[in-house]
Amino acid sequence: MLNTSYRLFVLLGTVLAVAIVLSLALGPVSISLQNLVMVLLRAVGFDVASTPALEQAQLIVSQIRLPRALLGLAVGAVLALSGVAMQGLFRNPLADPGLIGVSSGAALGAAVAIVGGAMLGGISEAWSPYILSICAFAGGLGVTALVYRLGRRDGQTHVATMLLAGIALAALAGAAIGLFTYLADDATLRTLTFWNLGSLNGASYARLWPLLLITFAVALWLPRRAKALNALLLGESEARHLGFAVEKLKRELVFCTALGVGAAVAAAGMIGFIGLVVPHVLRLAVGPDHRVLLPASALAGASLLLFADLAARLLLAPAELPIGIVTALIGAPFFLYLLLKSRF
Amino acid sequence: MLQARQLEVRRGPCAVLRGVDLDLRAGRVTGVLGANGAGKSTLLSALCGELPLAAGEVLLNGRVLADWPDQLRAQHLAVLPQHSTLNFAFRVEEVVGMGRLPYATGRQVDVEIVAAALTAVDSGHLLGRSYLQLSGGERQRVHLARVLAQLWPGGEGQVLLLDEPTSMLDPLHQHSILQAVRAFADQGGAVLVIVHDLNLAARYCDDLLLLHKGTVFSSGSPDQVLRAEPLHEVFGLDVLVQKHPERDHPLIIAR
Repeated sequence: MLNTSYRLFVLLGTVLAVAIVLSLALGPVSISLQNLVMVLLRAVGFDVASTPALEQAQLIVSQIRLPRALLGLAVGAVLALSGVAMQGLFRNPLADPGLIGVSSGAALGAAVAIVGGAMLGGISEAWSPYILSICAFAGGLGVTALVYRLGRRDGQTHVATMLLAGIALAALAGAAIGLFTYLADDATLRTLTFWNLGSLNGASYARLWPLLLITFAVALWLPRRAKALNALLLGESEARHLGFAVEKLKRELVFCTALGVGAAVAAAGMIGFIGLVVPHVLRLAVGPDHRVLLPASALAGASLLLFADLAARLLLAPAELPIGIVTALIGAPFFLYLLLKSRF
Repeated sequence: MLQARQLEVRRGPCAVLRGVDLDLRAGRVTGVLGANGAGKSTLLSALCGELPLAAGEVLLNGRVLADWPDQLRAQHLAVLPQHSTLNFAFRVEEVVGMGRLPYATGRQVDVEIVAAALTAVDSGHLLGRSYLQLSGGERQRVHLARVLAQLWPGGEGQVLLLDEPTSMLDPLHQHSILQAVRAFADQGGAVLVIVHDLNLAARYCDDLLLLHKGTVFSSGSPDQVLRAEPLHEVFGLDVLVQKHPERDHPLIIAR
């Protein structure tokens, strides 16, 4: 058992390393492996003879592809981790981070920022990405907090009520987004639509840091609750009888997911299916033990998103597909396949 | 070891449990009997702190239950609910191993305890199987092994609460499971078990508690409780009570 998981982690680590290298090397301008190694050597302090190709490679890698790869890595990892957390919270292997309203809240926040900003006469180019991110993040957190409040009764959180409240609020948010869509002019509409399809385009270090920090925190925090999550799968009372503070655990799971998904959506738009599919596949491979499942999902989620981004960049090069289309194209049929196979 | 004084539980305006006194003592198995809806499961939930009390108190080893730190309480009190909703493909030994989560006894010890607990409920052969592929009765035995592992090997100061542990079992396993429960009590632990089969209760319980409409109708030894009149009163069932021809306990036969 332990041996199997070591082998799995070596495999997932290798796949992720390959995904990162390919993300840095491939694109409209291909960078040779030799130059990539030189750039990396230089980055860690080696003295490397300069050539024009190397200088160009360094510029592309450090300014465009590295932030983009880091963004993909963080978004993929945090979405997969949130998926595990939600499937544990709802004790249902088909649960998705979107269930607690964080995605619809973030989409509403983004619509407010994009359309509202345009109606107020336009926000300056330099600021608009930040305002968009902040509004999306706040929207996700706000709606999730509301869903959590609605699920509470007599000091207890009822996850079934939360689930239904999440559906109701998602519908409300959808109506509000529809209203903004109706009010928007053509250019704004285009921004809004593309944002909803998700993209790692336009990654910059300034917008990357908050997401990296949150991903790091979530990736450190959730594995500390792996045993409690295992017990929670038995049922809430059972987990309580095994000595776990279940109410606190549920609050932490909702909070981690709201932060993680909120930050991911704020940085890269709506990217579906990672949180659903990645934990699912890994559960088939290593079983439902969260001590293995959580770190494995983080690694696999990061890899999958990087590969999806590669596909999004290369399939129609030099044009670029929104990554949400790619993940949905991979994710939806796969999800159907799992449903029909019916062994979770 | 687990004492309840004047327990009252309300659901909305009506009291579903009133004035229940209970004393679970070391080395003894206490059976709870009663018709459907008499308040048996409510009593069990109240005893383990799952339901808020409208009045009364529950003491575990002399200390109010709510004052126990979570993890320490889990090392002294284990509960088997009537139904389980586990819907994930854990292997059998992983499910039983969750009983060891309140401890840090190390992998080696835990593996041994898991195997011993599984053997105790006659399920050693299920080792390595996926939980989702088990039958209802097998799952019930695995969960009993889990709560046994949580208190393994059992001793003074430890309490086991079981809600209908035999409801899905074949006749042989109804006996072997209750023998395992009996063995746990013989180590010094205290057990409360909800059962429907009066003859199983007569054979394996030291004390019985007959619940009727949320109150204690009668309590005492099987000989005192399992008489025709109270059983008719509570279950509306006419029975003959005789002596078991080989063992001394009462034998209940429906007329």
